[in-house]
Amino acid sequence: MLLSIVIFLPLLGVIAIALLRNMGASAIKGIALVISLLTFVVSIGLYTGFEAGIDGFQTDSQLYQKLPWIAGLGISYHIGIDGISLWLVLLTTFLTPICILAAWNSVEKGLSGFMMSLLALETGMLGVFCALDLFLFFVFWEAMLIPMYFLIGIWGGERRIYATIKFVLYTMAGSALMLVGILALYFQNGNSFDLVTLLATEGTFDHSYLLFLAFFIAFAIKVPLFPFHTWLPDAHVEAPTVGSVILAGVLLKMGTYGIVRFCLPLFPQAAADATPWIVPLAIIGIIYGALVAMVQPDLKKLVAYSSVSHLGFVVLGLFSKSHLGIQGSVLQMINHGLSTGALFLLVGMIYERRHSRMIVDFGGLAKKMPIFATIFLIVTLSSIGLPGLNGFVGEFMILLGSFVGGAFSKWYVVFATTGVILAAVYMLWMFQRVMFGTPDNTNASLPDLKPREIVVLLPILLFIVWIGVHPNTFLKPMKASVGVVTEKVKVNESDNTPEVGQVIIDGETQDPVILKVETATLQLIEEEAQTK
Amino acid sequence: MSNSLIIILLISPLVGFLINGLFGKWLKGNEKLSGTIGALAVLVSLICSIIAFVNVQGSEKPFNEVLYSWIAGESFTFNIGFHVDALTTVMLLVITGVGFLIHVYSIGYMHGDAGYTRYFAYLNLFVFAMLILVLGNNYLMMFVGWEGVGLCSYLLIGFWYEKQSATDAGKKAFIVNRIGDFGFLLGMFTLFAVFNSLDFSTIFSGAEAKSDEIVFGVNGIMLATLLLFVGAVGKSAQLPLYVWLPDAMEGPTPVSALIHAATMVTAGVYMIARSAVLYNIAETGVVVAWIGVLTALFAAIIALKQNDIKRILAYSTVSQLGYMFVGVGVGAYASGIFHLVTHAFFKGLMFLTAGSVMHAMANELDIRKMGGLRNKLPITHATFLVGALAIAGAPFLSGFWSKDEILHSAWGVTWGSGKAIYIIGLITAFLTAFYMFRLIFVTFYGKSRVEPEVASHLHESPAVMWIPLAILAIPSALIGLLLGVGGHNSWFHHFTEKVAGFKGGHGEALGSPIPFMVISSVIGIAGITFAWTRYKNRVPSAEPTNALQKLVANKFYIDELYNTFIVQPIKNASHFLLWKLFDTGIIDGIVNGVAALIRVIGGTLRRLQTGLVQVYIVSMVLGIVLFLAYYLFFA
Repeated sequence: MLLSIVIFLPLLGVIAIALLRNMGASAIKGIALVISLLTFVVSIGLYTGFEAGIDGFQTDSQLYQKLPWIAGLGISYHIGIDGISLWLVLLTTFLTPICILAAWNSVEKGLSGFMMSLLALETGMLGVFCALDLFLFFVFWEAMLIPMYFLIGIWGGERRIYATIKFVLYTMAGSALMLVGILALYFQNGNSFDLVTLLATEGTFDHSYLLFLAFFIAFAIKVPLFPFHTWLPDAHVEAPTVGSVILAGVLLKMGTYGIVRFCLPLFPQAAADATPWIVPLAIIGIIYGALVAMVQPDLKKLVAYSSVSHLGFVVLGLFSKSHLGIQGSVLQMINHGLSTGALFLLVGMIYERRHSRMIVDFGGLAKKMPIFATIFLIVTLSSIGLPGLNGFVGEFMILLGSFVGGAFSKWYVVFATTGVILAAVYMLWMFQRVMFGTPDNTNASLPDLKPREIVVLLPILLFIVWIGVHPNTFLKPMKASVGVVTEKVKVNESDNTPEVGQVIIDGETQDPVILKVETATLQLIEEEAQTK
Repeated sequence: MSNSLIIILLISPLVGFLINGLFGKWLKGNEKLSGTIGALAVLVSLICSIIAFVNVQGSEKPFNEVLYSWIAGESFTFNIGFHVDALTTVMLLVITGVGFLIHVYSIGYMHGDAGYTRYFAYLNLFVFAMLILVLGNNYLMMFVGWEGVGLCSYLLIGFWYEKQSATDAGKKAFIVNRIGDFGFLLGMFTLFAVFNSLDFSTIFSGAEAKSDEIVFGVNGIMLATLLLFVGAVGKSAQLPLYVWLPDAMEGPTPVSALIHAATMVTAGVYMIARSAVLYNIAETGVVVAWIGVLTALFAAIIALKQNDIKRILAYSTVSQLGYMFVGVGVGAYASGIFHLVTHAFFKGLMFLTAGSVMHAMANELDIRKMGGLRNKLPITHATFLVGALAIAGAPFLSGFWSKDEILHSAWGVTWGSGKAIYIIGLITAFLTAFYMFRLIFVTFYGKSRVEPEVASHLHESPAVMWIPLAILAIPSALIGLLLGVGGHNSWFHHFTEKVAGFKGGHGEALGSPIPFMVISSVIGIAGITFAWTRYKNRVPSAEPTNALQKLVANKFYIDELYNTFIVQPIKNASHFLLWKLFDTGIIDGIVNGVAALIRVIGGTLRRLQTGLVQVYIVSMVLGIVLFLAYYLFFA
């Protein structure tokens, strides 16, 4: 029951605002803030009621619910969480009130619509993370697009229409494929959309390669995985600050969440066979995103491309299929949500002051805005992956998990690790150009952060340090659930063990006959050499 | 020894950092208080370090305690925990001892600076990070400190952030260090692949058994030691990653003394000494020693033609770090660490005296604009002289003992090229004596070339600055006599012999060290004398006279080469090829192309919808006929 309350409380806020929208701006903002804060407070109950020892989804009736919905079609209202979705739910409920407070004075027109969209978006996102019925999942997945469409399309920048259409069409292209996949699974699941029974299925589904691909492309677009990423910079640049925060903070995670929830456990064999294709894409994303971020003149684009790089790490960790790597990836989803969310908030704050996002327009801000500079520095360092802050823990686990446990060449990890250097390059260069130097007259007149803005940022900083210093708070509850995923994947890899008489070289099964022929040839060559 | 002692030792500078960092706004009006808090924080650590040092004397086994589990994986955990043995306490004493004096000195040196409290906050944070680096009981925690000191170095180099050159230098330091850290990370991954742990105790006790483990197709331990050394090359400014250290002189001078001479840059040497067990097994010390000796020579050559007082000292630091790597590379770990200690004193001292000169000279750095300063700055001159004599290897001063031990060990090393290393090391010793006394003669002797305006303000530094100088001068002169007499039978060697792996090196030189000492002394004195003949009355010329001199004066154009062949190509390729051509051109071109194509198709097909009923009927009839025909003739 509690879980349902968390999911639909924001929707209640939407209705409340709709009814009371004539009461003035402060009432609207007040309702939105109170509702979203309330949602966050209630969602803490999910953490306190969470049993870390349970393998799969939580069984407590507060955290799990199944009601028939359209019984004739095998559709039910079926929700629940495990150690993976728990954190994404909390991330969502945590970021939404921050966003509402951040947008306090920045919305000039259509305030009620803005707040309603934001709250509706929250319900959509929470639903995606909690749905255990594929139909329900798809409903939330699509429904969430609508408020986002409004957020960018109405409150966005100059090229907002282009950006919105690009964003929606990209996502829709993926969703269409996913819908076909969902239907195919439905028929193989005894005419039911139940995810739990699907996950419990032994053996492989028919057409599992195609199904894997259908789901994977949908999620890869959302992540976005290189080369499906070009909607992201446009969407970010045009979106209002809060839109960018939600987009980077939560929406992108729906892609990686989908991979770990559907692609890996439902189609382990296909996932294993696709790994040699996907991992290089993730690594290209890491390096490519970083290099392109480095040369961006626009702050928001820079952060957007840095997301491509960071999410590359997450995908790498997921496809390492090691416990450590997947755990690192889930943690890194949270980390990215916090750090990149904070970066967009910070960029938004100076945009409100300077009405520019161009790096060249800035310089010397540290002089007059010391509080801003300090917070910006901490967030930058978190994004770079400095030990002691959150980003390092995730990156380290992903890289180590991939190096030690990944079913692919260690060279991939070597390339991925260069991302650590490149992140420092683009972030510190940006930081230098914005913060250091002598401010010109315009920049020297910018005021430092207001109390409201500090309140917006402080909770994020708290978690940036918390995860960095004591990540076990977050790792422990997800341990068992990640174990479920790795078990699913492992079962399948044991198929690769050689049968009697087979030989494994470089991880590939070789036909002994070929080997015999090769050794025979070598002997011949040797003998020939000797006779000469 | 107890956990709580170590915690107080470690936390004290963190508390100092938090006080100065969070309440800096209120402390701003009260410089004295802010500086005193910073210095006191380190003093507490110093006292704890002394206690730890005393405690460690009698103990057979290292102190090893876990504080808490940091990152728990499926079947293992990375801990925050402490490892304290003789090596640790030596490092602790250097960090907190030299660190405390430099904090005190800074109270005077930074007087009146707008960022006073920020300075002390960063400096305390640095000490905290450096303590984590040496106290950790596993490689991951070492890496935490390793990156932490890198951050503080970045912040302090770019301390005067309004200056472009300072922030450039800070950024460069961080990025170049990250290249090294890339190696360190991969080194840790490799170690983990071999040992399934990053704890010192597990790795050192299991190394022998795992010495044949293969990672990446080669011997795992060998690979790990080489990769970790890449990290050391970055942090300790060795070839080819030394380029950040000379630029790091943009930071306040006490920072150069503490971070870029005495402590942080020696972290690489510490790391290898800590990993002695692994280097003994892998026998990769030869790489370490060669990189070290070549760096020593290379940096010494560049130092010959520099005219910036701090840069001469910076290149000298690079060069001396090279010696330390020779020491740990040939397996004479105790000697390498011994040189680390003596160098911390005499180089820290020289940087602080350089700061004293700058203080007197209104921040002038060019030694050609100095001259004859010894009359106006007698204490500064005397203390600098002690430091310079120590580094030049003047008999019985500290550098004499430690450098000699290293060279002696190189000569006696069991593998082939030790003698070549010895000879290069000796040449470098000559160059060191020469460039250091060139600096002395040009700065403190001869006629004054100080501009009249500056000359009128020439003054000796205040007591808060010269007292630390005087205190540092004592160990710079005498610590070698105290710890180093007897070569491999000295007190220092006995103290450190129980450190894991120290006894198993290949470089425990045999035979009498006395002939070596004589040779080194002659070489050092020759260098000083030669400098005297060349520079007692001469100013370095403004323009280099021949191509070779020009090459050296321009530091072999290494920075320019890196910029032209690495930095710019990457930047340009990212901008034009990746972003403009690939991202916006090709990928987005395809995306928008698909959209345009669909629009074209839609536009074309739209014409079919004419709205004329006749056309629809005709096409319907046509369709029916075609269907019928198909079924009649083909089905």
